[in-house]
Amino acid sequence: MAEKKVNRQLLEFEKPLIELYDKLEKLKTMSESGKFDMTEEVKLMEKRIDAVRQQIFSNLSPSQIVQVARFIQRPTTLDYFGMIFDDFVELHGDRNFGDDPAIVGGIATLDGRSVVVMGHQKGHSTKENLTRNFGTAHPEGYRKALRLMRLAERYNKPVISLIDTPGAYPGVGAEERGQAEAIAKNLREMTELTVPFVAAITGEGGSGGALGIAMGNRVLMMEFAIYSVISPEGCASILFRDAKRANEAAVAMKITAKDMLELGVSDEIIKEPPGGAHQDPKLAAKNLKSAIIKNLNPLLSLSARELIADRYNKYRKMGIFNE
Amino acid sequence: MASTLSIHDWFNRKQQQKEIARERLDIPGNVWVKCFKCGQAIYAKDLEENLKVCPKCQYHFKLTSAERIRQLTDSFLEINPALTSKNFLNFTDSKSYTARIEDSILKSGLKDAIVTGHARINGFDAALGVMDFSFMGGSMGSVVGEKIARLIEEAIEKKSPVIIFSTSGGARMQESIMSLMQMAKTSAVLGRLRETGIPYISVLTDPTTGGVSASFAMLGDVNLAEPNALICFAGPRVIEQTIRQKLPPGFQRSEYLLAHGMLDAVVDRRELKEALTKLLKFFKN
Ligand SMILES: [Zn+2]
Repeated sequence: MAEKKVNRQLLEFEKPLIELYDKLEKLKTMSESGKFDMTEEVKLMEKRIDAVRQQIFSNLSPSQIVQVARFIQRPTTLDYFGMIFDDFVELHGDRNFGDDPAIVGGIATLDGRSVVVMGHQKGHSTKENLTRNFGTAHPEGYRKALRLMRLAERYNKPVISLIDTPGAYPGVGAEERGQAEAIAKNLREMTELTVPFVAAITGEGGSGGALGIAMGNRVLMMEFAIYSVISPEGCASILFRDAKRANEAAVAMKITAKDMLELGVSDEIIKEPPGGAHQDPKLAAKNLKSAIIKNLNPLLSLSARELIADRYNKYRKMGIFNE
Repeated sequence: MASTLSIHDWFNRKQQQKEIARERLDIPGNVWVKCFKCGQAIYAKDLEENLKVCPKCQYHFKLTSAERIRQLTDSFLEINPALTSKNFLNFTDSKSYTARIEDSILKSGLKDAIVTGHARINGFDAALGVMDFSFMGGSMGSVVGEKIARLIEEAIEKKSPVIIFSTSGGARMQESIMSLMQMAKTSAVLGRLRETGIPYISVLTDPTTGGVSASFAMLGDVNLAEPNALICFAGPRVIEQTIRQKLPPGFQRSEYLLAHGMLDAVVDRRELKEALTKLLKFFKN
């Protein structure tokens, strides 16, 4: 078995692990020098690190979950595509203005079945993120996604969408080309989609920019993903008049996968590997894949009419108020 | 007394005067109102008769939902007036959401940020929704979404065209994810409306932003806007902070959106009733 890659870029709250990782490193160096056999000690230290990490992750605060959801090493949409689907072919462009690098999509095979896939794309480095606009889409991204949904409809293929964005891009061009219209239109068209549609929030579900490709028949959520109407920082600066109070806002806003399940916004929580999806992307992808298949299967036998009704009923009942 | 006035007092007093001026807009009688834009002193009754448009600079004063309905309709029968917002997340910032709702009800005399009902406009039937900025900045929470959904469902039943006037600062943050879901809900109901072939006219008024613009407000068969209304997804301040770039003149105003193909027409308030009548007539015949 290949040696497990040690992930040295730690999350802020994983600081207790630094010391243990240093020790692990020393043990390995000693072992590699050939003078001492430290195989057992290395194994024990690795176990200890896993145990400490598991303990930290068993009780994360909402703002810590935000950090995990946004972590630069967290698997991106294209990472997942590579691990979940076979024969992915990326299809570009909205046929109107351009090709948005912040939303990717195309055709692929899931477990032998042809599907249309799409999702927000972030980067693993600043450079990649600059290319991808940090996963913040322009109208052409939403219009590309709609074009792909239409393609799926025409050839009766299910749609799978992965959500991971801080929000839609706020800029002059985006506004001029109708950011609001592009998102609004997707919302309406997604309800009317004649094929099965499964959405999974894999990282950040940032507001309208996330919802713009997320109105599935089923909405799944990774264990450490978040879904919110505004970022905790944004909420804090507006309502608490201090962006530094984002931790409080993250608690008050109820943005975790558990909250979404309780509020009926999501249908299932997908378990992540200990320490988060980035610690074991393959396992994360495996869990995501089986959840997608499990949720897609019952939809495959529904007629177009039933699928539309299913989606309509799901979103029509959203809301809590006094009568 | 005046000599002991601190700068803060002075500023507060200024603010108060401004607010009083705003409030006076609703009081008929011998009151002079100063135009917020050009400073022109206008006789309140004249302003009222001019549908709250400044006769000098054409500035469109904000209207309450009641004023809008009065200006526009021959008759109006409100539906679902009793729905009120609920603090289901126990949300508290500097004030609890419960207190904010109560305060807004007292201040605005409204139950929430939209009034919906069945209207007659120059003899034509329409299902009419009018948002009201005076209730928590016209923010969209569960009540706004539900009232729009029910309005549209009744419109489908009665085969009435739908007209919705928007004005909104965006999402009702105190309802967090549920306010986002109202975008999904209102758009879903509009999808169903579209299937039935019943027309929907959206009228965007100052300001229509965020989640409202990115859902029902932009989905009209016909999108109209009042002059110089701020219409956007991301607000100008957010954009300036993000891209650190000066915004083009007129950016995100009605006329700018018209020039960029996002609106069918910008209509002066004094011609709005006639424009809507023409549209209703077109769809009926
Ligand atoms: Zn004026």
